[in-house]
Formats: sequence, structure tokens, C-alpha cells
Amino acid sequence: MSAGVGVDLEKLWIRFGDFVAVRDANVHINGGDFFSFLGPSGCGKTTILRAVSGFLEPSEGQVLIGGNNMKGIGPNKRPTALIFQNLALFPLMKVWENITFSMEVKGASAKERRKRADELLDMIALPDQGDKLPWELSGGQRQRVAIARALCAEPDVLLLDEPLSALDLKLRQHMRTELREIQKRVGITFIYITHDQGEALTMSDNIAVMRAGVIDQIGDGKTIYNDPATAFAASFVGENNVFRGTVKQVQSDTALISTNRSGDLLARVSSANQGKMKAGDDAMMFIRPEAFALAPVGAQGDHFVTATVTNEEFEGNAFNIFMEGEGGKEMKVSLPNLGQSFDSHKGQPMTLQYDVQNAVAMPAGDLATE
Amino acid sequence: MKNLSLMRLSIWAYLAIFFAYLLGPLVIMSIAAFNSPEFPRATPWECLTFEWFSALFQDERILNGIKNSILVGFGTVVLSVAMGLAGALMLTQLGPKLRATYYTIIIAPILVPGVVIGISTLVFWDRINRMLGLDADSFLSNGLFLTVIGQSTFIASYCMLVLVARLQRYDTALTEAALDLGATHAQAFRKVLLPFMKPAIASAAVLAFLASFENYNTTTFTFGEYPTLTIELAQKVRYGITPAISALAFISVLLTVFAALFNEANIRRKELVALARKQATVEELSRGSFKMPGFLSSNWAAVALVIVACATVVVVGTATVYSPQQCIADVQEQKRLETELRIQELQRQRELRRQQQEAEQGSTAPAQSKPAGNNSGFGGVFAPSTLSGEDSSSAVEPEAKASGFGGAFAPSALSGEETSEGSGN
Ligand SMILES: Nc1ncnc2c1ncn2[C@@H]1O[C@H](COP(=O)(O)OP(=O)(O)OP(=O)(O)O)[C@@H](O)[C@H]1O
Ligand SMILES: [Mg+2]
Repeated sequence: MSAGVGVDLEKLWIRFGDFVAVRDANVHINGGDFFSFLGPSGCGKTTILRAVSGFLEPSEGQVLIGGNNMKGIGPNKRPTALIFQNLALFPLMKVWENITFSMEVKGASAKERRKRADELLDMIALPDQGDKLPWELSGGQRQRVAIARALCAEPDVLLLDEPLSALDLKLRQHMRTELREIQKRVGITFIYITHDQGEALTMSDNIAVMRAGVIDQIGDGKTIYNDPATAFAASFVGENNVFRGTVKQVQSDTALISTNRSGDLLARVSSANQGKMKAGDDAMMFIRPEAFALAPVGAQGDHFVTATVTNEEFEGNAFNIFMEGEGGKEMKVSLPNLGQSFDSHKGQPMTLQYDVQNAVAMPAGDLATE
Repeated sequence: MKNLSLMRLSIWAYLAIFFAYLLGPLVIMSIAAFNSPEFPRATPWECLTFEWFSALFQDERILNGIKNSILVGFGTVVLSVAMGLAGALMLTQLGPKLRATYYTIIIAPILVPGVVIGISTLVFWDRINRMLGLDADSFLSNGLFLTVIGQSTFIASYCMLVLVARLQRYDTALTEAALDLGATHAQAFRKVLLPFMKPAIASAAVLAFLASFENYNTTTFTFGEYPTLTIELAQKVRYGITPAISALAFISVLLTVFAALFNEANIRRKELVALARKQATVEELSRGSFKMPGFLSSNWAAVALVIVACATVVVVGTATVYSPQQCIADVQEQKRLETELRIQELQRQRELRRQQQEAEQGSTAPAQSKPAGNNSGFGGVFAPSTLSGEDSSSAVEPEAKASGFGGAFAPSALSGEETSEGSGN
């Protein structure tokens, strides 16, 4: 399994009655990739996954797996295995029977199955637990059993529907690395669904950002984070300070935005929107909290905003500083905790400096609501 | 405080009355099964007898009825559980709008009187039979077939209710997971859904069997040449009942108690096993050194089950060697005596009345010249109750002994002699 089997969604539409759950999705997933669909709850992620695994027929368009059109091919005939949002382990079967269910339906002998189960149990670091029932395992262990069960079917594509959402933070972080390692070891394509942007960023080779049935952007983590294509992607992935305004002037890849409350600011036009912005258009500009540098008033750099500190927060790895600019414009700044002594600046006016490369401009659009 | 205890007392009293109301008839019926009189009754107690059980097992019609009931029961179980499961599955597939209508339709047979179902089954299948141009004795007019079909019409609805309750807790993702792992639809059904439904299917089957077994209303129209137990009983009652029916009642009560205890014992055992597994350490579980709790350990239901089983074995054992002939003979004897005494009493009273009448008329002589039967010497000296009391006590004693005492004890000896005289007659 060197290259792995790729998946393509071509002009995919899925409707439930009048409701459009997925609108014209075009996605190419490379074989062997760890690919994530990232989006808020109800945006249609599960729906896409169900179309890939064969539980839903697309209303329009097609799903290709390894270049083959999957139209009319049932879920039990597709080279996919799905890990369900709630795992769906068979409650009445022992762990080893769960894991080797895919062999049982093909008529493998109990001895063969037991052997394979033991191999997989070793792989997921649960040796000798095969005779338990699913409910006798911890949440993380169940998680791993579900993965082993899916892997036992030797799928070309493994589909994971928010498999970590039920776990607590520590376990979730642990399972992230574990999943990634398993994926590298088996070398098959993983399609991963999550609404947790941290999960998507840390694990994925590529990410598709979804909003209400529409795919806004596809790219690797860095691109999505640094060069968002839409206002939604910019506000959903990571934190961002948003400045609304109109385009005053565009010069190659930089735009001068006349913001509503913070004056004229210069920003880089995001790659997806180059050539699409012209003077007079409504625009939005995003600067990450960590892209700001705090400086005393007067020590002005090239590009800056002035604001007053309203509140401060210590997060362990960073200090969060909340500021209020002109007209009540709220902004957030994050400074890494480098052991510096941090004196309160509350009530103090400050200058927020930024690099134009770290400020992204794009046409105005919907923001992600928290 | 006083109020509280009063309250508690009244609750206990209420419970006692409630259970007496519930179980009283069963208890009386059960006792009657062991009492010797020809008519089922618990009092007066005469003789312990097992003859009604053998009478029951020798009654061809009852046995045949039981056989037919069991045949019909199994047929109904298979048909109604299958239909109920199909109906329940269908219900979960429907959208919310259709669901309410579908539910009403499928529940309707429960609300229709059994008599109506019986008649319509008969009429409907007769029609079909004729439409197909079949004989009057074809399969479609067979009593077994009609009864099973007729009963299943509404019993399937009961089954569906039981099955739907469980099916609602089924996560359809499990079926999808099975399909996703390469199972066919049939495999997913057999390996995932059916095992999940098994407890509910078992309950539905028991329910269906019991409902079928006790059904009369519908069956009475459809049984044809296959009268079930209820039909046979109903026909028997017309000609008067014997305690054999009590014996049947007792057996069914016993079977029910048995089944209930067995079920309870099983449930408790499962609970205990689950508890033990929970408490067992991971090491114990994986090493296999983990001990399952025994069937009897801290399981009152299992203990009760064993006790009932032992009691049954003992009773059956005694029944095979025990012979109530002696007792029955004694009781018959006693009854005969009582009757005789009553006759004598009546005679004496008549005599007395006549004497009185004669005394009123002024002539006492003829009264003395007339001997008062066997009882001559004592006249009205003994109060009637004393006499009968002594009489019965001696009657229970073996006759030979009573006569052996001769005239040693004055009053009772006399009555003893009377007894032997009586038996000699
Ligand atoms: N069978 C269905 N019939 C009608 N609407 C549906 C159906 N399944 C999903 N939807 C709708 O499609 C939209 C997308 O649902 P989907 O389950 O794909 O969301 P999701 O992105 O997986 O959300 P979550 O993160 O909460 O799991 C939702 O608005 C949902 O109401
Ligand atoms: Mg979902």
C-alpha cells in the first residue's frame, strides 16, 4: 500500500427534501493522506462521510474512490471503513469478536479470527483484553477497539467521524498522536471529521473548511491558518481580530483598507482573493492575536493600531491582553510566556504593531459564530 | 407516632386483603385438587388424595385439548413473533407522519372484541376457500390453521408492542457498522439486530404463548376439529366439574411459580456476574482466574426455586406410594353414620312430638309400649350433640378395636356397639 487509494468528490450535492446539506463539493483527496473536514456542528460533515461510505446516495455529482465511480455500490461493497461518531461497537460481542466482525461475515474460522484479533490488540496496546465486553473498557480503550475493528476490514480508506469528541482533553491529545502514528504505519487514506480546529491542524496533511454545506477552502494546515480564503475560514480556524471596512486601494497583493473604527490599515490580500478586490468593496481584515507586538505609545512602527488595555489573563503558555481601541473596538493580543515579569498595563494606552504579511484582507463575508 | 403505626397497619391490612383477593381463588382451587370430594371444594377437608391428578391424566379430552393448545400455541408464537417483529421494524422505518396512522392500524386488533375476530376469521377464510374452489375440508378450513391465524391477528399486535419497546433503544448505527464492515443485510440482521432483540423476542414469545393458551373468545369460532384446552374446559363445565380441573389449575399455578422463580434466579445471577466482573481487577479478568459467582450464592430466587423443586419431587414421590383408599372408606363410613344418626334423630323427634301430642290428648300408655328403635333405653337423656360427638370419635377408630372393648366403658361402649351394628347392616 504505497500510494494508497485517493477519493474524489465531484460536483457533489446532497439534499434532504428542500434542504441542501452539501452544496457543490469538489474535493480531491490524495491516496495515503490524512485529510480532515473541519466545520461547525451541522455543516454537513457527517453527510459527506456518509456519501463516501455509501449510506447516502448523492443527489447530484459523484463520489470516486481510487478513480472508480461508486454510484450504486452499497456500503458493504466499498473499500471504506467508517468509525462512527458514537463508535457503534457491538454491545453483545466480546472485544475480539467486535474487532474481527469483518472476517466473521466472510466466513473466517474462529481460530484465524482470534489470531488476527490478538495482532490488532497488540497494535492498539490492549493485549489480553480481547475477552472483555465493550462496556468493560474505558472510553479511550473503546476508541482504540473501534479503530482496530475498522482496520481489521483492511479498508483502502478509513473514515473517522469525530471519533475523539467524547474523550476528555488529555486523552484526546494522546489519541491524536496515536491516530497519526497508526495512519503512518498502515499507510492508508484517512478522512477525518472534526469541529475542533486544533485537532484538524495537528493531525492533517490537508484540511477542507466547511460552512453550512459549502466547502470554503481546502489546503494544508499552514495555508488555512495563515492564508484563509474566506472570512469564515479566518474566523473559524484559530482566533482572529477582525477589522471591517472598505477597500481604499489595491496594489498587487496588498490592500489599503479603510476600517470603520481604526483608520486606514495596510494588509496582504489572501491568495484566494487576489484580483478579486477593488476599491470601494466591503472588506475584512484579520490579524491574529499573536501577530501583534505591544509597544508604548510613541514608539510607532510602520503599521499599528492604538488601544487601551482593559483586561489581562494569564493562560500558562501565554498572556492574553484585551484591549479597546477607538469607538470601543475590541482586540485581543497574545504574548508568549517567556518568563518575563508581566506588570499590569490596565488602563494604559498602547500601540499594537503588526507586520503587513501577517494581516490578511479579503472580501467581507459571514464570520463563524462562537 | 401512633398515627404512623396506624398508617402502617392499614397498609399491611390493605396488602393482605389485596393478595387474598388476588391469590385466594388460586389457593382454594389448589387445595380442592387434593381433597377427595367429587365436587371441587377446600372445606370440609376430607381426605388427602392424588386421584384427581390421575383422573386428569386419564381424561382423553383434556389431554387432547392440552395437545391442541400446545400446537396452536407454538404456531401462534412463530407467526405472531415474526409478524410482530416485522411490524416493529416497519414502524421504526416510517416517517413521523405515517407512523401515528400505522401505529393505530396495527394496534386496532387489540381493541376489536375477540368474538368479532373469531367470526371474521372464519368468514374470511371460508370465502377465500370458496374463491379458490377448494373442498370444505381443505387446509384453509382446518381448525388448527384457522385458530393460529385468528389468534395471531391480535397477539401479533401484543408482540409488536413488546418488540417496539426494545427496538426503540436500538442504535441503527450498529446495523450500519455491520454493513460497513462488509456484512450483507441478512448478516447484519442475524448477527447484530437479532441478538439485541433476543430478550424481547423471548418475552414476546412467552406472552404470545400464554395469550394463545388462555384464549377462548376467538378460538371458539375457529377450532373446528381441534378443540383447545379452554374449549374442552368450557364444554366440561356444562356437565358439571370435578376436582380434576382443580388439579389442572394447581399444575398451571405450579408451573407459573416455577417459571417465575427460574426467570428471577437467572436475572439475579446475571446481575451478580456483572457485579463480579465489575469488581474483578483487570489482571484477574485477563488471566482468567476470575471466579463467576455460583448459581446459588446470595440468590434467594435460586434457593426458592430449588426448594420448590424439592417439594415437588417429594410430593410426587409420596403420591406414587400413598393410597387414600382407607381414609376415603372411613370418611364414607362416617358420612353414612352421620346420615343414619340424622335419620334416627329425625325419628326420635317425630316420636317425641307424637308422645307430646298423645300426652296432650291425655293417654301416655301407648308411648311406653312402643320401643323407640335401637335407641330404646336412653330416650332423650343424651343431648343429640353429645351423642354425635362421641359417635364420630369412635367412628374414626378401627372398627375391630371398638368392638374389642366390650362393655367396659358405659356410654361410649354403647355407641361403639352401635357403630359395629351399623356397619354390620
Ligand atoms: N436524514 C436527514 N434528513 C434531513 N436532514 C438531515 C438529515 N441528516 C442530516 N440532515 C441535516 O443536514 C445538516 C448536516 O448534518 P450533518 O449530520 O452532516 O452535520 P455535521 O456537520 O456532521 O454536524 P455535527 O458536527 O454536529 O455532527 C444538518 O442541518 C442536519 O439537520
Ligand atoms: Mg456529524
